[in-house]
Amino acid sequence: MALTTRQAPAAQASIRQPKGRGPLAWLPAISRKSASNRSLLRYVAGLAALLPALALAGIIVILANKAWPAVRVNGVSFLWRSAWAPGNTYGNPVKTDGVLHPVGVAYGALPLIVGTLASSGIAVVFAVPLSIGAALAVVEKLPRRASYVVGMFLELLAGIPSVVFGLWGILTFGPVLSRDVYPAVASIMPKVPILRFFRGDTGYGEGLMTAGLVLAVMIVPIVAATTRDLLRQVPALQKEGAAALGMNEWEVVRKVSIPWVRAGIIGASVLGLARALGETMAIAMVSGSLLGTMPANLYGKMGTIASTIVQQLDGAFSDGTGFAVKTLAEFALLLAVITLLTNIAARFLVRKVSTTALPVGRGV
Amino acid sequence: MSLGGGSAGGTEAALDLYGRPSLSRRVGSLLGWGACLLAVCLIGAPLVWVIYGVVARAAPHWHWSVITETTSSTGGGGLANEIVGTLLLMAGVIVVAGTIGILSGVYLAEYAKGHVGSLLRAGSEVLAGIPSIVLGYVGYIALVIGLRWQFSLAAALIALSLLTVPYIAKSTEAALRQVPTAYREGADALGMSELLTLRRITLKTALPGVTTGLLVAIAISLGETAPLLYTAGFTDNMPSLSLTHSPVGYLTYAVWTFYNQPSTSFQNLSYDAALILVVLVFVLIVASRLIVALTQKHTEKN
Repeated sequence: MALTTRQAPAAQASIRQPKGRGPLAWLPAISRKSASNRSLLRYVAGLAALLPALALAGIIVILANKAWPAVRVNGVSFLWRSAWAPGNTYGNPVKTDGVLHPVGVAYGALPLIVGTLASSGIAVVFAVPLSIGAALAVVEKLPRRASYVVGMFLELLAGIPSVVFGLWGILTFGPVLSRDVYPAVASIMPKVPILRFFRGDTGYGEGLMTAGLVLAVMIVPIVAATTRDLLRQVPALQKEGAAALGMNEWEVVRKVSIPWVRAGIIGASVLGLARALGETMAIAMVSGSLLGTMPANLYGKMGTIASTIVQQLDGAFSDGTGFAVKTLAEFALLLAVITLLTNIAARFLVRKVSTTALPVGRGV
Repeated sequence: MSLGGGSAGGTEAALDLYGRPSLSRRVGSLLGWGACLLAVCLIGAPLVWVIYGVVARAAPHWHWSVITETTSSTGGGGLANEIVGTLLLMAGVIVVAGTIGILSGVYLAEYAKGHVGSLLRAGSEVLAGIPSIVLGYVGYIALVIGLRWQFSLAAALIALSLLTVPYIAKSTEAALRQVPTAYREGADALGMSELLTLRRITLKTALPGVTTGLLVAIAISLGETAPLLYTAGFTDNMPSLSLTHSPVGYLTYAVWTFYNQPSTSFQNLSYDAALILVVLVFVLIVASRLIVALTQKHTEKN
């Protein structure tokens, strides 16, 4: 939604509160001779507006508090170690730095970080070009009615639950890919660095590539809808000027429209990336749930941080010392930090170029 | 014959001998638009495939008893308890997140100024960026274990509300910002109180945007699993109305858990749940378009 009237309410507020210039001007005006429901409304609404920020702070504090013992035992090398050993949960626990944990615990986040970034990266590589192409077609080429239908398709894609995509991925999409597509791709790839990850055992459809492609389908709506809304904001005057210089429609798009919204498209893509990084259920169903080691190749089984948290929490309770649960809190904190940074970057990029505020999360 | 493979920027090669755009420009344009239309098809295909896949798995063994019987722990039965649980969660989200979200949107649009406004707004947007599984995990640590609520409706509602409040706040704020300032000034001049202005003038005009936000929130509470797994828990029974100490079943749980059970009756329930979810999402989207169209008509008349 374009916020073209962004300035208006601010000006409005200053008209109504001419005296409130001091540092506490934002506080509800209690002392003024206003109707009592006036200040009450402001109090209650202000409290409601404060809740999300408070909840955010609370979430970070609770996670950090829970994760801190695990952070101390797992150490910094947690970030670049490949390991998943819950230790001997039946033996007598030991203490390290005053933190109780089973004998022989070893947790490392590297395979999960790689799995998270790689699957989301694949998703972005596939989803972004498709989304830009579709947005261009909708804004510049398709008749109004077709655009309406495409918009509805995007809403449906955004609305279908993650578990339904997971079900489709594991029962239909993955098996088809591993039967008809992966072997063909694997057989034509040369044995050179990078491309050799495309070779080897193609598995049964559970793994990195399938997860990435399912994620791609899931982030298309947000990238496409945001790009579409950005493209609609390109001023007609510039496009008409380009057309008057003799450019055809496609050239206008390439040389005027796309450069006009480039940073916004990058922002939309990063937003899609952030969504892919945090996606849980579909990945938990199609990833193959590998723990402690790297995926063997592009088709290999893997795990992401989010999918591992959801799958391991049940098992973590069997650790009587609670150390497994604390380690999962460390993973959750890591994921929250990664997605927060990605989100902030996306919003910064889009703010720079346009008045369109990015949709929150899925938002279509 | 083209005078060379020039781009539109090159002045000499832009036109061919007949004064038309050169061949390479026409081919480039054709390829470009072709790729865009292909992209539209490639985006539509998975959607059709997903819906077809769900229907094809669920339709052959569909019985209407699925929506009247509760799940049996030995296999079979229906999904009545999950359907009621999902509807209960949706209603709870409308009440809890709807109230907080709309009030928060009102504050952000009408009262929040300068740095405080952008700080609150940023907090809300960042909260929306937190992965739902993290919210579920924190809900588990803080509410289910910490406050000893056990798996419960209250814990699930708080987790879902944290997830949905930013959407409602955002769309309420955006809709309120598009209400012309003159409306508020007119109300002020007539001596209307702020609450009355809000109820009769601004929120009424902003109704389509507010409704959209609420519908998105409903769609989210319908489709989310990760924040509920460790807060709502699961039960074969109908949800009791007690807020704590009583787990709630919901549809997405059935899809997630039953699909890889050995018994085919459980697998079938999983497909049925997926079909019901897709149908509900479709109904929601159609309803949202209808409601927005209707309310828009309504506000324009006034």
